[in-house]
Amino acid sequence: MSFYIASSPHTRQRRTTARLMQLVIVALIPGILAQWYFFGWGVLLQLLLAITTAYVAESLCLHARERSSLSALRDNTALVTAMLLAVSIPPLAPWWVIVIGVAFSIIVVKHLYGGVGQNLFNPAMAGYVVLLISFPLQMSSWVAPVELTGQHLSLFESIHLMLFQYTSEGYSVEQMRMVASGTGLDAVAMATPLDHIRTDLSQGLTLSESLQAPLFSGLAGLGWQWVNLAYLLGGLFLLQQRVIQWHIPAALLASLALLAALGTLLAPDQLPGIDIHLFSGGTMLAAFFIATDPVSAATSNRGRLVYAALIGLIIYLIRSFGGYPDAIAFAVLLANMCVPIIDKYTRPTTYGHPRRKLQ
Amino acid sequence: MSSLVHQFSHEDLLRNRDDIAAGKLWQFPGGIHPPQRKELANKTAIRRLPPPPRLLIPFKQHIGQPGTVLVQEGDHVLKGQPLTAPGPNSGLPVHAPTSGRIKRIGEHPSAHPSALPVSTIELLSDGEDEWTEKHPIADYTALSSSELIALIAEAGIAGLGGAAFPTAQKLAADGQLDYLIINGVECEPYIVSDDRLMREHAAGIVRGIRILQHISGVKNVLIAIEDNKPEAIRAMQDACSGTESLAVRIVPTRYPSGGERQLIQLLTGREVPANGLPKDVGLLMQNVGTAYAVYRAIILGEPLLERVITLTGEALQQPGTVWAMLGTPVDTLLKQAGYVPYPNARVIMGGPMMGFTLPTLDVPIVKGSNCILAPAKRELPASTTEMACIRCGACADVCPASLLPQQLYWLARDHDHDGLREHHLADCIECGACAYVCPSEIPLVHYYRQAKADMREQYIEKQKAEIAKERFEARKARLEREKQERLERHERAAEARKRALAEREAKAAETAPASGTETTGEPSKPANDRVAAAIARAKAKKAEQQKAAQATENPEGQANAKPEAQTESSNSAEALKASPDDVSQTAPGSDPENDKKARIAAAVARAKAKKAAQQGSD
Amino acid sequence: MSMVAGIIALAVLALAFGLLLGFAAVRFRVEKDPIVEQIDSLLPQTQCGQCGYPGCRPYAEAIANGDDINKCPPGGQSTIEQLADLMGREAKPLDDAHGVEDVKKVAYIREDECIGCTKCIQACPVDAILGATKQMHTVIADECTGCDLCVEPCPVDCIDMIELQQGPERWKWDLEQIPVTQLATEVKS
Repeated sequence: MSFYIASSPHTRQRRTTARLMQLVIVALIPGILAQWYFFGWGVLLQLLLAITTAYVAESLCLHARERSSLSALRDNTALVTAMLLAVSIPPLAPWWVIVIGVAFSIIVVKHLYGGVGQNLFNPAMAGYVVLLISFPLQMSSWVAPVELTGQHLSLFESIHLMLFQYTSEGYSVEQMRMVASGTGLDAVAMATPLDHIRTDLSQGLTLSESLQAPLFSGLAGLGWQWVNLAYLLGGLFLLQQRVIQWHIPAALLASLALLAALGTLLAPDQLPGIDIHLFSGGTMLAAFFIATDPVSAATSNRGRLVYAALIGLIIYLIRSFGGYPDAIAFAVLLANMCVPIIDKYTRPTTYGHPRRKLQ
Repeated sequence: MSSLVHQFSHEDLLRNRDDIAAGKLWQFPGGIHPPQRKELANKTAIRRLPPPPRLLIPFKQHIGQPGTVLVQEGDHVLKGQPLTAPGPNSGLPVHAPTSGRIKRIGEHPSAHPSALPVSTIELLSDGEDEWTEKHPIADYTALSSSELIALIAEAGIAGLGGAAFPTAQKLAADGQLDYLIINGVECEPYIVSDDRLMREHAAGIVRGIRILQHISGVKNVLIAIEDNKPEAIRAMQDACSGTESLAVRIVPTRYPSGGERQLIQLLTGREVPANGLPKDVGLLMQNVGTAYAVYRAIILGEPLLERVITLTGEALQQPGTVWAMLGTPVDTLLKQAGYVPYPNARVIMGGPMMGFTLPTLDVPIVKGSNCILAPAKRELPASTTEMACIRCGACADVCPASLLPQQLYWLARDHDHDGLREHHLADCIECGACAYVCPSEIPLVHYYRQAKADMREQYIEKQKAEIAKERFEARKARLEREKQERLERHERAAEARKRALAEREAKAAETAPASGTETTGEPSKPANDRVAAAIARAKAKKAEQQKAAQATENPEGQANAKPEAQTESSNSAEALKASPDDVSQTAPGSDPENDKKARIAAAVARAKAKKAAQQGSD
Repeated sequence: MSMVAGIIALAVLALAFGLLLGFAAVRFRVEKDPIVEQIDSLLPQTQCGQCGYPGCRPYAEAIANGDDINKCPPGGQSTIEQLADLMGREAKPLDDAHGVEDVKKVAYIREDECIGCTKCIQACPVDAILGATKQMHTVIADECTGCDLCVEPCPVDCIDMIELQQGPERWKWDLEQIPVTQLATEVKS
């Protein structure tokens, strides 16, 4: 009989990348359900398209790079990237938007940098930025929450809209948006709450006047608050499962909340408060799902605190003073760029090497 | 204690001592909680086996130099008789674990991950188990520390926790110490050797601790035990009761809290400096098994002949602990425990976290072994395909040394030795926590070991290159000097000859007119010719010698030498031989033994024939 | 006029910065080993001459003067890479004309065949062979660089180059190289 030779340790935790990604996907489900409930079929259609594109792109890349595609496909990382991008873009955006975005994420951001674990930037967010810059119109026409419209666009109309960019009755997304702002009825597409505030503020209105809009009858924008709460729930699940550490979400939310509170103190009529910042836009998605992407985040716990606080700061600055209503993607990419230097300066002190005095 | 001064201000140090005395526990970063699986083997008492028929005793079972062998093949030895004498520095002897006959002294696979052969004594037991004379010491307090340390060294005691560092050497280090820590943590899953030892021999361990205390002069002792061994804790607490200076500290179960450095951090909040020793922070650490071995060596007069081994894993029908004689083949032990083999099995010496798989079972138990783990097929998940690192940082979160394992991994893959040094690879204790949690199943520790071995190899090569360079330079200088000296000698000789010639010519000139100027000079012509010929000969010889000198100074010329160059160099070598002052002179003519000459000639002829044949075949 | 002013300004600036640079070069000069020393310290010092130069130092000088860096078989690819790093040149594969990379070997004299001719002693570049005329010679294995130079001159061919025995201490964790023994253990089910 022969023996099996291996290097120690001879036992493992058995928590593979694939398993971690599965948990992330499970944790995304509440948020996705909430989005589906508030924004209609488009959300699920985008997800379907995104996942299909991701698998096709990933297989092509792996084939071209002469890697065994099966084992790599099974690690589920492409799936997570696709899902994160799909839930970030407007639910009724034309089909080619998400296809281009996911393909860019997988091919350029991930594989051209060397595949899993080698990318400098968060693939989903890099894809999002490319879409935002290339297709500003399609990317800013969000769907009105169901609480305002009373009912969803039907599945058929959603598909029609995504395929041909107008409904079976001949309305385009933009036309429906006009209708919405004109009459407040039958609106399918409208600005996101953050976009709404930005527009109002730029037109000289005060924050309190802007918040009078029916969109803000809740805590931080109809629909959006619940979506954010759902993502928060999923995030707490990830924390409980120890898939992510508390450092990134806590630092991101804390820095954003702190800045928002400061802003409210200084200019209560110009700068939105904590509630809007934390529970509108993609804040919770960013804090628990996007900024926690291990590949592009800082590596040490201290580094992660700095990294996430930096994201919070950039989000706040762009939302308040920049050219875009929401800024998750830009903030994450800018912080990604800072990761090497954060890592350099937050290296933990090795045991037995000089450090600060012990207490 | 010098490092303590760096780490602590005076008040901090006082407060630190108060905290330790008060029983405070600190934390070490990282750590993991693998499944313990200790219940497999800790239920039954330590078994004592009959002496195995065959023992394999490596010369070297500790960190340091191997000793020189004292016995010969065929010798009959008694139990406890030393088989090797320790070498000049930091060596330890090995003893015959039972009485019997030395069958063989030679190379045998080692109890090492590589199983590379090492010098081993093979002993066939005679079954009598007959002791040599023991020298128990009734009152150790009557002996000085150095005498006791010498006795401990003689008994061959090395750290039984696994590192096998000579205990005497550890004890001999001077320096002011404030705590002796006895390590009974045994944090590695499966292993229960120290657990059972503490349960059954607590009194002996405590007596050993008292001896260690006496030797090192340390007043206070901390005995650390993980909280998953309640029976051992109770036994030790009972044995310690009534002794002020001994305190049992219960530490939370977390791997690797039994690592020397981690335990020090846990119990005292101090950190052993990199490249330093525990004594640098005023501490001395010994394993419970070592304390018990010290007790047996001093009080009972028994050298280190056996140790507790955990035989565990689901492939064994009777797992448990045994007193195994050092040198018992793993094979024998596994048979005793009812091993059920299966194809492609794993047999691990040590625990699942830091042990190593054995390529063969015909390797002996040595002083540093503590466990043989024979897992069933699906008991321990074998490593699967290594996937790409996703930089999740889980490894950094669990690293007890606060290293950045993933950074080390990238650097190790790049063979970036400078980077590895900068990221303190040397401080990695290879505990395996990083590889345990890695979601991509990267065998991180393996990368570090290879990198460490590479760096060590490079260091050795560098040292060797330095020495070679020095020797080369020295040789060049010597050749140059010899050449200079030879030239001077030749010049002197030439001058002497010239002078002699001039004198002779002068004499001839004196005699020539007397012989008659009117003669045609014909008679003097042959004489002139003779002189010219002699000068020409001398010149030729000198030229040849110079050539030879150049040839030796320039030995590399020979390496690339084509056949013709070869003959030239052998010519010049002959020329060298001809020169009277050369050491290599063989002077065939002066050799009286004709038959030897003939033999050499024959050997040369043989070699030439061989060379010719080789060249022909090329 | 303005052009003249410009030229003058540039000239003054050039002069000022030139002086500054010159001053810095003298004042903040970093003492560094001469390049030959640095190259020499990377070479394996076997002094084997396989590069075509009589020793490592001459080869180091030759590299400093522009010779190829891929002529050192004992150093192998790792030395070539280090040299490439140091010299800022492209790392090339080892030049076959000078030999191939081989495992570490040391010379061993079969002592009962040695006739005591001292030829190998003269050939050894690091004086690692011990012996005297008509006395048996032996190699000091620790000092032997494995250069091979003593093998050729031996008239009776009694020198072998043998692979260095590697102990567990210097094992390089090559798990693939472990011979896994087949044990004839009866398989109980």
